[in-house]
Amino acid sequence: MKEIAIDVTGLTKRFGDRTVVHDLSMQVPKGEIFGFLGPNGSGKTTTIRLLCGLLTPDSGEGMCLGFDILKEQERIKSHVGYMTQRFSLYTDLSIRENLEFVARVYGLSDPRAAARGAIDRLGLSGRSEQLAGELSGGWKQRLALGACILPNPQLLLLDEPTAGVDPKARREFWDEIHALAAEGITVLVSTHYMDEAERCHELGYIAYGDLLARGTAQQIIDQSGLSTWIVSGEGLHQLARDLRSRPGVDMVAPFGAELHVAGRDRSALDATIEAAKRASSSHHWMRGEPSLEDVFILLMDSAKDNFS
Amino acid sequence: MRAPTYSRPAVRQPDAGFLRRTWAMIVKEFVQMRRDRMTFATMITIPVLQLVLFGFAINTDPKQLPTALLLRDDGPLTRAVLAAMKNSDYFRFTRQVRDPAMLDAMLRSGEALFAVEVPASFERDVRRGDRPALLVIADATDPVATGTAVSALQGLTDSALRRDLRGPDEKVAARPPPFEIALQQRYNPEGETRFNIVPGLLGIVLTMTMMMFTALAVTREIERGTMESLLAMPIRPVEIMIGKIAPFVLVGFVQMSIILSAAYFVFGVPIVGSLGLLIVLTTLFAAANLAVGYTFSTIAQNQLQAVQLTFFFFLPNILLSGFMFPFRGMPEWAQWLGEFLPLTHFLRIVRGIMLKGNGFTDMEVDVLALVIFVVAAMGIALVRFRRTLD
Repeated sequence: MKEIAIDVTGLTKRFGDRTVVHDLSMQVPKGEIFGFLGPNGSGKTTTIRLLCGLLTPDSGEGMCLGFDILKEQERIKSHVGYMTQRFSLYTDLSIRENLEFVARVYGLSDPRAAARGAIDRLGLSGRSEQLAGELSGGWKQRLALGACILPNPQLLLLDEPTAGVDPKARREFWDEIHALAAEGITVLVSTHYMDEAERCHELGYIAYGDLLARGTAQQIIDQSGLSTWIVSGEGLHQLARDLRSRPGVDMVAPFGAELHVAGRDRSALDATIEAAKRASSSHHWMRGEPSLEDVFILLMDSAKDNFS
Repeated sequence: MRAPTYSRPAVRQPDAGFLRRTWAMIVKEFVQMRRDRMTFATMITIPVLQLVLFGFAINTDPKQLPTALLLRDDGPLTRAVLAAMKNSDYFRFTRQVRDPAMLDAMLRSGEALFAVEVPASFERDVRRGDRPALLVIADATDPVATGTAVSALQGLTDSALRRDLRGPDEKVAARPPPFEIALQQRYNPEGETRFNIVPGLLGIVLTMTMMMFTALAVTREIERGTMESLLAMPIRPVEIMIGKIAPFVLVGFVQMSIILSAAYFVFGVPIVGSLGLLIVLTTLFAAANLAVGYTFSTIAQNQLQAVQLTFFFFLPNILLSGFMFPFRGMPEWAQWLGEFLPLTHFLRIVRGIMLKGNGFTDMEVDVLALVIFVVAAMGIALVRFRRTLD
């Protein structure tokens, strides 16, 4: 059986009277890529900060890389690479200077050589003297990842690492993540992109501080018990409005020239669709497979907002 | 087929003109101003506080100056002279000593601005009409501080003994005056104001620049978002602090070299004491200001607040330290406030070494004060520095 890299139970964090993470328990085996999904403000960033010692939980306990997250925060920091949501390298330092700084803080024996090696791996050899602030979004993100893995961490915590990055750069980023996981590095990554979620070994869906679902992408789809219809044709906007309040319909969402209509109560949904078919012949109806996105939007709609 | 021309949207009524757009900006600025509570509070309280503080504290005609006394003779005439000095309101006899070396020490340390020595057989010589000399030593490092008191002395010889020399002694009371005052302007005999100002400027420049450098140190990391990853790294607060302060000690060193060279070569200010001691203690002073600035940095929530705190601290440094106005001329409470400013102690040190030739032992108290400053400021900074984002 695999070792467990992250093993926490009952983590709770409150800011004032608002509970941001509520009784969260999770286990992530070594070498696994665990995807963290959930709407904005759902507690993903807070959870990641709890794991790397940037925040102290109000209650709960657990181990991270075999260290107690309450008592051994300083030791955890040496073995964790944390990539913040916002670019947090020094924009007024060059690429090389940023990497050398990281290498020195982590006490690498030859910081210059380590930085040079990282620059070569990143494919930034010709640009090592460029200021980090001048890089494009995609390069900034590669550099940030490079800085994270420079001290050879055992665990990577990536907070929406690919936000605002083009598809090709994202694809390359994920190839790199998989290569790192294959070497035995555990990765916890938060994202809003469904294609990225599908590339994770396991997913956790968190909404308003609660971990609502977890498992592989397929498991989460299966667990949801969702059935989906895809409809195309004219006047879809009006149709969507009509369908929303009908029995059995939990979610209606436009996808380009199509409309996804999904519900958990299969017989009620089918009855509604039959009625709609009879009412108008200008639409083409087709049974579809529920996507991960359908499931997440449904989860999001059914979770209670903790702001109100 | 050519597509038809896009039909432009109609002009919005009423048109968003100059006034509306400017008004939008004004409203937004007010909302932001109100949101930053600390800035708002400082805008109101600081002017009031400073007005009251400085209005009462600053005095350009310093009186009640601490004066040391060495009595080699005592009698009714001596007491009459001393009473006349006291009544002039310029002199306050703080301590009586037996040894002339003690007088010198008190002048060097700044404990006394004047020293009065009544010579032996003063009484007898006056009555004989020998016109003996009363020795008055003035610490002239700050000509402004002692100037008016010195002028007040001149009139004293005529009037001081008028009532006491009666009967058989009446003939000596007539002109010329029955005794003389031998005035010794020590340390800055020419009364050059710049001898006092230029060393003081070293302190002022170091205070302003050093504090500003580090005041922005932590807030900048927070505002730029780099603090988050810095805190996630295995580096401790004390390491961050020392790492941020040390480079500026070097900057302070460079500034000190420039100012001291200019003081010596351009302004002709003497360096009577040890240059090595001056350099060491100036570096200590730079460190004290850097530590204070760093502490501000851990208290302020943004860079603007950090700058405001620095100015809030800087103004009393100029006004209450003895740089601009004579320290001993301020009311006692203001002098006490001044003792809590590093610049006050540094001014005594720098003027002491450069003009008086002071050694370490003359300034132990001020050096100790600076050390306490560094330790206390760093201690507060470390307590205030947040290891987490909680």
